[in-house]
Amino acid sequence: MKIKNSLVILLVMAFGVFLFQVYKQHQTQGSLNKTAAYYNTNTPDEVGASNVVTAIVVTYRGLDTLGEVTVLFLTAMIVGYILRHGGKEKPMKNNTSEILITAANVLIPGSIILGVYVFINGHLTPGGGFQGGAIIGTAITLMILADPLGSVKKAVLHITESLSGFTYILIGLAGLLFAGGFLDNRILPLGNLGNLLSAGAIPLIYSLIGLKVGTELSSIIASINETGNKTA
Amino acid sequence: METFKIIMMATLAVVMIISAIMAVLSKEMPLAILASGAISLLASIFFLILASPDVAMTEAAIGAGLTTFLFFIILRKTEQNSHEDKK
Repeated sequence: MKIKNSLVILLVMAFGVFLFQVYKQHQTQGSLNKTAAYYNTNTPDEVGASNVVTAIVVTYRGLDTLGEVTVLFLTAMIVGYILRHGGKEKPMKNNTSEILITAANVLIPGSIILGVYVFINGHLTPGGGFQGGAIIGTAITLMILADPLGSVKKAVLHITESLSGFTYILIGLAGLLFAGGFLDNRILPLGNLGNLLSAGAIPLIYSLIGLKVGTELSSIIASINETGNKTA
Repeated sequence: METFKIIMMATLAVVMIISAIMAVLSKEMPLAILASGAISLLASIFFLILASPDVAMTEAAIGAGLTTFLFFIILRKTEQNSHEDKK
């Protein structure tokens, strides 16, 4: 045990020395590099989003976002597959405290509305589909924590997830047909910079991503919660 | 303004390290979970000071919210199992 602990401490110290070297060699750049400067100057005209991060994530690097969503989808699917036997073994005792139940009842609707707000305003304010989806997933997790015996309708989650993923791909293909390329947001009018309904298809895409991420995280947590105690 | 920022970041870093040590050494499981959630919460404030609000939101939602709740769900399931094994 002693040797193991000292090894761990040695490893942490070595990592610290490594990070210190990185810190020592770090130089702050006075100006943006070429790509960043391009994104910074051309986003209002080309994409029409006030949040440059969103413009990069959804439009300029839209394919990477599609890959990220796919990875999350695969994760949710694999977790659901591995834990598929759970649920029917035996009822658990419900020993949730009254404080948790009351607090959850107050917090859940607000959290879900906050999540929806975050992903609908993804092109205007910080945040977006992933953050809003994670907030919705947190709300559902809190719901499960407060009422572990209640069953989450997984079919609804799966249908919402599949439909939003499918529509996301369709919007991307529409960009290929009617605008500059795959996942181009200019299939809808860009509108005025800063309006809720602006930046072309970005609010639509981010809402779909938000729904998809939220339902995926919720279904992962629900499968973990419903797993019986005697699964092997 | 700059010195204030540096003082705040140093304080945050020290509190983060303290809660990390607490998360590892604590014998009480809920305390350890809360300490690891606190690291994420402080890290999200750190990201906000470093002018990246998008990352801060992700960190707060996933690190401080989702993971902490998930750990509590798992903790309750494992505790129930160990109680039933003792009987």
